[in-house]
Amino acid sequence: MSNVDLARIQFAMTSIYHFIFVPITIGLGFLTAILQTVWHRTGRDEYLRATKFFGVLLVINVAVGVVTGLVQEFQFGMDWSAYSRMVGDVFGAPLAMEGLAAFFLESTFLGLWIFGWGKLSPRIHLAAIWLVALGAAGSAAFIMAANSWMQHPVGYEINPTTGRPQLNDIWAVMTNPVFLWGYAHVLLAATATGCALMLAVSAWHLRRKSHPEVFAPTAKLSLIILAPTMIFAMFVGSELGVVEAKYQPMKIAAAEAQWETCQPCSFSIIQIGGGKQDQTPTKIIEVPHVLSLLATNHWNGQVVGLNEINAQYQQQYGPGDYVPNVFIQYWAMRVMAYTAVVTFLLSLWGLWVMRRKHLETARRFLAFAAWAAVLPVLMNTAGWLLTENGRQPWIVQGLMLTQNGVSPSISATTVAISLTVFFLLYNALTVVWLVLMLRYARKAPPPTVPADDVPAPEPTFSR
Amino acid sequence: MSLADLWFIAVAVLWTGFFILEGFDFGVGMLHGVVGRDDAGRRMAVSSIGPLWDGNEVWLVVAGAAMFAAFPGWYATMFSSLYLALVLVLAALIVRGMSFEYRDKDKHPRWRRTWSTLLTVGSVVAPFLLGVGLGDLLHGLPIGADQEFAGTFADLLPPYSLFVGLTFVLLCALHGATFLALKTTADVRERATRLTRRLAPVTALAVLVYITWSHVISGKGFFPNVIEIAAVLAVLAAAWLAGDGKEGWAFTATTFAMATSVLVIFTNLYPRVMVSTMGAANDLTLANTASGSYALKVMTVVLVVMLPVVILYQAWTYHVFRQRVTAADVTDD
Ligand code: HDD
Ligand code: HEM
Ligand code: HEM
Repeated sequence: MSNVDLARIQFAMTSIYHFIFVPITIGLGFLTAILQTVWHRTGRDEYLRATKFFGVLLVINVAVGVVTGLVQEFQFGMDWSAYSRMVGDVFGAPLAMEGLAAFFLESTFLGLWIFGWGKLSPRIHLAAIWLVALGAAGSAAFIMAANSWMQHPVGYEINPTTGRPQLNDIWAVMTNPVFLWGYAHVLLAATATGCALMLAVSAWHLRRKSHPEVFAPTAKLSLIILAPTMIFAMFVGSELGVVEAKYQPMKIAAAEAQWETCQPCSFSIIQIGGGKQDQTPTKIIEVPHVLSLLATNHWNGQVVGLNEINAQYQQQYGPGDYVPNVFIQYWAMRVMAYTAVVTFLLSLWGLWVMRRKHLETARRFLAFAAWAAVLPVLMNTAGWLLTENGRQPWIVQGLMLTQNGVSPSISATTVAISLTVFFLLYNALTVVWLVLMLRYARKAPPPTVPADDVPAPEPTFSR
Repeated sequence: MSLADLWFIAVAVLWTGFFILEGFDFGVGMLHGVVGRDDAGRRMAVSSIGPLWDGNEVWLVVAGAAMFAAFPGWYATMFSSLYLALVLVLAALIVRGMSFEYRDKDKHPRWRRTWSTLLTVGSVVAPFLLGVGLGDLLHGLPIGADQEFAGTFADLLPPYSLFVGLTFVLLCALHGATFLALKTTADVRERATRLTRRLAPVTALAVLVYITWSHVISGKGFFPNVIEIAAVLAVLAAAWLAGDGKEGWAFTATTFAMATSVLVIFTNLYPRVMVSTMGAANDLTLANTASGSYALKVMTVVLVVMLPVVILYQAWTYHVFRQRVTAADVTDD
């Protein structure tokens, strides 16, 4: 394998792992803040216990999110130095803003929140958890702005002497339609992830009749947020598809394995074949007009086929193959969409059970719901595969090919070494994370706490 | 002063902030097994930085991101040259970060011992290799005319850089020991104070050699610059105050010693950002690595607005957690 392949595998692996933890942090951060707010407003003890219970899960998760994020930040320079040199002028700015505006906020206030019980006034302590949640959501904003620029570069000009893109309009970067829709989609995805996790944990406890006074409210809270979030996520997702079809037609055509131009276009629920070698797939179930609708918002919209876009790109950018891996695109799209439907149905089922007032005894629902946490992980990973694989062979759409972005001074052996190190390390830490998450998710929520007796402080600067 | 100059200062300040803050975290990580003879003692040591370490580490993230945004060429060349060293740095930071959060999540002695070991090793490896990396900037690496690294792993480890790494490990250890003396109680505090006294003279000696060597290698004439003189004074003051047992002042002095020691690299580099051993024509400089003026202007606005706010709330965090950690704080619940 070449250094390009290995660097891509490494980036894909580390990003996918990072994005297991990140949406949990964002989603659970907001949910924990909501629980604490309810406690703050009502003084009801079970909400304090729920806050502390889910707060522990949040903290366990953030630890892995943070350390895997560190690797992301360094990797651009390590593996993709040609890319970094080329686009740092534009791409670096959102990353620097992310650190200054979001990471500092999140990590500082998380420390304050964890260790601030009894040290901070209740109101400031509540503000701390909201700032953690805001920081987490904010870091997603800047990184999405950076990523969206790679999907659809805007707000730059090419410097005539260096031939490199240079930022000339930060506003354009921050209002990139791919970014606005993509960020909304990611925030909704993260909210859904947090809700699904909270639902799963609560269902697990309810099924065992463990502490229903704490877990019935949290199950309800998560269901009430999950259902509308899923509707919005699906709506925004399909709108994102329309936006992408405009700027990256190849991505969406590949997601449908649509080799020839069609109008109107049908959507295949399942198909066999249709990858690179076999351009005449066997569509097993076809739904007429749906692809047109998804890609263009019009019943009879036209979707340009892969072959035609490829020919067009060859004229525009020179000879080469500009079709991404169609198999990954096709299945990533479907895994995301089908899992979304399943998750949505599950949330409806839950709401229905809740309305009939027997959530705590609905054993079949609880048994299914206890697995809900797995669904968003699938959707998120599939969604990113769709996004990133669909951009191939470009690292920056239309500006730079992935193969030209890799560090020229790094040999395949070197990348293989680091890939091995990260592979072992990431798997080990994910196992530890999973063990701890499961263990703490199954614990009883903390008992009612007596008023904190803070020991007499001993000032440090006296001697 | 041009915007590129301003951003060079910003990068230097961010690295300095990182070493000041994460520096004592590293020290606490290295020494927590030495000052804490039993589990309660080790927990007390680690608790002293529990709420702080993550916010401190972000300084590194932002330093990296600032280099990326303001000097893409510098970021690209430095990070790809130091590749394997950085893999180790990342591994060290990963196991360290996990230790802080996971060590106390289980009572089993083997679990705690494992995380303690990882914490100690990670806390030594990370500052050592980051120090080596900073040393490499000034010592020079084989960099071709295309600004790409043209050497091997062995080129990353000249004696000067190894010595810089060692110096930073010692500085972190001393800085961590003074921090522990300041923040803990009972026998942990006593052992930290004793360690401070023992580490101080060795560290001072190392810093003196490091400064002299840096000055010689930088080729900037006979006379030392202000920062170098300040570094010498700071580390001597630290050694003296440590012996005197004035914890607050000793910590202030190690803070200055750390800051000036980092700045020695940057002042000696300027206006270069990375020296090439393949001829001065290949040196990376502010001029040939900086971003365009529009990008720098945008980021200057962000920096000027955000950095003071960040410093304010981080300082407030330190104020909130200003009390010493006592045995009562670290009982298992
Ligand atoms: C809970 C998570 C979740 C759910 C329910 C959905 N998605 Fe999604 N999707 C993501 C999680 C996600 C994601 C992981 O967050 C992605 C990756 C990049 C991004 O912007 O969001 C994504 C990307 C993504 C993209 C690619 C965007 C790009 O290339 O920039 C499209 C076209 C869709 N989604 C479309 C949909 C549709 C039509 C859905 C309805 C069935 C849907 N998504 C539900
Ligand atoms: C955390 C969520 C993300 C996931 C799961 C993810 C996933 C992936 C995957 C699967 C690839 C490999 C694509 C392929 O080789 O076919 C990839 C490549 C890449 N992605 Fe992402 N990505 C994420 C976020 C980002 C962001 C936010 C950026 C930029 C800010 C980014 C930049 C890149 C780069 C530079 C590559 C390497 C070149 C390439 O193979 O395309 N990714 N990512
Ligand atoms: C591939 C590009 C990415 C880079 C360079 C990156 C960088 C980082 C870094 C350095 C951290 C640690 C911050 C700390 O120490 O506190 C981090 C954490 C985080 N990242 Fe990423 N990240 C990437 C992708 C993403 C994506 C795609 C998202 C969201 C859409 C995201 C959201 C977050 C969040 C919310 C955190 C907080 C830590 C956590 O709790 O999980 N990141 N990231």
